[in-house]
Amino acid sequence: MAAGVATWLPFARAAAVGWLPLAQQPLPPAPGVKASRGDEVLVVNVSGRRFETWKNTLDRYPDTLLGSSEKEFFYDADSGEYFFDRDPDMFRHVLNFYRTGRLHCPRQECIQAFDEELAFYGLVPELVGDCCLEEYRDRKKENAERLAEDDEAEQAGDGPALPADSSLRQRLWRAFENPHTSTAALVFYYVTGFFIAVSVIANVVETIPCRGPTRRPTREQPCGDRFPTAFFCMDTACVLIFTGEYLLRLFAAPSRCRFLRSVMSLIDVVAILPYYIGLFVPKNDDVSGAFVTLRVFRVFRIFKFSRHSQGLRILGYTLKSCASELGFLLFSLTMAIIIFATVMFYAEKGTSKTNFTSIPAAFWYTIVTMTTLGYGDMVPSTIAGKIFGSICSLSGVLVIALPVPVIVSNFSRIYHQNQRADKRRAQQKVRLARIRLAKSGTTNAFLQYKQNGSLEDSGSGEGHVLCVRSRSAFEQQHHHLLHCLEKTTCHEFTDELTFSEALGTVSLGGRTSRSTSVSSQPMGPGSLLSSCCPRRAKRRAIRLANSTASVSRGSMQELDTLAGQQRSPAPQSRSSLNAKLHDSLDLNCDSQDFVAAIISIPTPPANTPDESQLSSPGGGSGSGGRASSTLRNSRLGTSCLLPETVKISSL
Amino acid sequence: MRGQGREESLSESRDLDGSYDQLTGHPPGPTKKALKQRFLKLLPCCGPQALPSVSENSVEDEFELSTVCHRPEGLEQLQEQTKFTRKELQVLYRGFKNECPSGVVNEENFKQIYSQFFPQGDSSTYATFLFNAFDTNHDGSVSFEDFVAGLSVILRGTIDDRLNWAFNLYDLNKDGCITKEEMLDIMKSIYDMMGKYTYPALREEAPREHVESFFQKMDRNKDGVVTIEEFIESCQKDENIMRSMQLFDNVI
Repeated sequence: MAAGVATWLPFARAAAVGWLPLAQQPLPPAPGVKASRGDEVLVVNVSGRRFETWKNTLDRYPDTLLGSSEKEFFYDADSGEYFFDRDPDMFRHVLNFYRTGRLHCPRQECIQAFDEELAFYGLVPELVGDCCLEEYRDRKKENAERLAEDDEAEQAGDGPALPADSSLRQRLWRAFENPHTSTAALVFYYVTGFFIAVSVIANVVETIPCRGPTRRPTREQPCGDRFPTAFFCMDTACVLIFTGEYLLRLFAAPSRCRFLRSVMSLIDVVAILPYYIGLFVPKNDDVSGAFVTLRVFRVFRIFKFSRHSQGLRILGYTLKSCASELGFLLFSLTMAIIIFATVMFYAEKGTSKTNFTSIPAAFWYTIVTMTTLGYGDMVPSTIAGKIFGSICSLSGVLVIALPVPVIVSNFSRIYHQNQRADKRRAQQKVRLARIRLAKSGTTNAFLQYKQNGSLEDSGSGEGHVLCVRSRSAFEQQHHHLLHCLEKTTCHEFTDELTFSEALGTVSLGGRTSRSTSVSSQPMGPGSLLSSCCPRRAKRRAIRLANSTASVSRGSMQELDTLAGQQRSPAPQSRSSLNAKLHDSLDLNCDSQDFVAAIISIPTPPANTPDESQLSSPGGGSGSGGRASSTLRNSRLGTSCLLPETVKISSL
Repeated sequence: MRGQGREESLSESRDLDGSYDQLTGHPPGPTKKALKQRFLKLLPCCGPQALPSVSENSVEDEFELSTVCHRPEGLEQLQEQTKFTRKELQVLYRGFKNECPSGVVNEENFKQIYSQFFPQGDSSTYATFLFNAFDTNHDGSVSFEDFVAGLSVILRGTIDDRLNWAFNLYDLNKDGCITKEEMLDIMKSIYDMMGKYTYPALREEAPREHVESFFQKMDRNKDGVVTIEEFIESCQKDENIMRSMQLFDNVI
């Protein structure tokens, strides 16, 4: 209900006195509303700026933050005021809504910020008053469109990486739609573009009269007739390429029906069809006329360039979106042409040897005059004809000048939108890279902390304290939280590089990796698997031949067995060794979704057994001094793991 | 653009019919003045000096309307005249002024305000009667004093005061007695506020029957009209009415 209603309610209730004497039944008792304390002034402190208002004002809208008891959450008893840590400029508008009942939209503020403020104070955007509603809606729609464009551009630009098992068809389609995704697609793109150009130029050159080598001036032929075979060959080649391209696109299209109906495919068909029709049409004079007409359609090949040029596409889109304006233009022009042609015809009717032989004949004069071309092949000779001719040319200027700015502004808007989309796509990549960097910064901080923090855990003054960065309270608590999560899941966080390296190295044969790793630091295959020892500046990425990104199942098994294997050579107490090996073996046999996590928490040997028991589900604890971890999910066929373990350990 | 095109074409057709003023967008009202204005505007020779004399009157009229502003008497006088406390008057006035910055309510506003409380039915007739009851000096507008005076009687007055006020409301021509026709008008207006969807469904003769029963109860001497004395006497004897008087206890 509107604000005013609350004010007038007492009056409406008082007016019920008119019903009292007429009531045939006793009227219900009045509700026992607690006695109002009278009005009081509330102070609302928004980021330092104090707003004071009557309580009644705020009570007008009980379903908002300020009108309900929700504002008590913001009450500061010490100062006796309601404190909101929000934008005071925006609050002005919100408070004015309570006062006047109309919500105005600030013109110089960002519309999204305004929306957020409204959401905070519990006002629905529909409350925006009529005076500002249109502008609010327009700006909001513009914003939403822009954001949607961004999303679209992001998705459609490079597109999500195709899954590795995408079919040939999908990959082909993607190559066609986004030529810059692969070199082959790009080459194809340019080749087709080149052949379109060649075809169009050939069509044009065909008609130029060229002198024969014997310089016979009497027989000037167009080049097409002079070198028919050459042009025919060129035409055939182009058409073959176009046909091939069309068929490939047809094959690759995800929805063939939709592809068949799309504009570009129609243009393709129209471009190549005349050739085939020409092949099958017999060369007699009856149909040669029609055949010649068909050749005209070859010029449509130039429209194939619209796949290559964005500007052309924008132009086409503009024309489509301005269809109503163009229609209006056409309609008004037609009207004017008919009117003026009629007038001119009758004005010039009396003259002898006049060009204005009929009204349709006068159409040509009218069109030429209205568009201010003025060829001069038809001119009025009577005075009346001249007067009306001048009126015709003046009105032509007006009629054409009216819808044109609309079309122009549409085109400019769409063009700029496109420019913006492209620009944003380019900026997006940089933005994302920077964001990723920032994110990895925090992760690195945590990993770093783990290193240093783990050193602290060791208790003894190892002198590594100098590595420890001073961390803010927030960081400390955050790291503690992450640590708790690690402990809960018995996995550790690692970084992308390590993880991908771990994946990469897994695909190799077990032997080579094992031997190499054994020869390396006492880390053993742990470094192979994880190679994420944060203390090392360089990762021990073992480069092996034929490492592929895809991880085969067999290699995963090997990795896990290696994991089990790894702990044995590590120097540990016997009990812990047995326990760990046993655990890892159990683990291997256990679940399908096996996560091999090798957690070596550097602790003094005395604590090792405890740690190992605690963290056994994830794997054993390792030797002291090294923190190596890997986080990896894999699905294993664990059925025949045990024998392999044995086998490898025998090596 | 497309949507606008349709509307504009419609308005253009109306322009051609001549039933729609192109410049101001209103139906041609004071045609002579407007025509002269427009003609003068077209002619390049008649500069701006010719126009003010023509348009001055209309501008003044508009200016006058917007500056009409009624201020109530002082707070002390209102306190004497009504039975409200100072604070209550302040609260009432603040609400009133917020809704009607000009200080007066005219009939249209009044009807609009009252209709917000009865969305199902048509409360305009009853609102008119109320307006006439509040507008004690019959000048076509209800000022704050009228408003507060009426409220004071209804909410803080004695039972007799209230009954008097109600009688004043029913007596449409203010001649001191209520006829059956007046009562029927009032009754119909009240039933109109109910709207169409009621249970049990409203019948055509319901107001008339109600009026009959009212007159049966109130009209002592059966002369077809109810005078103020009959009215007050009958109401005081009616228990229902007396019991319902506590309706106004907590309104303000």
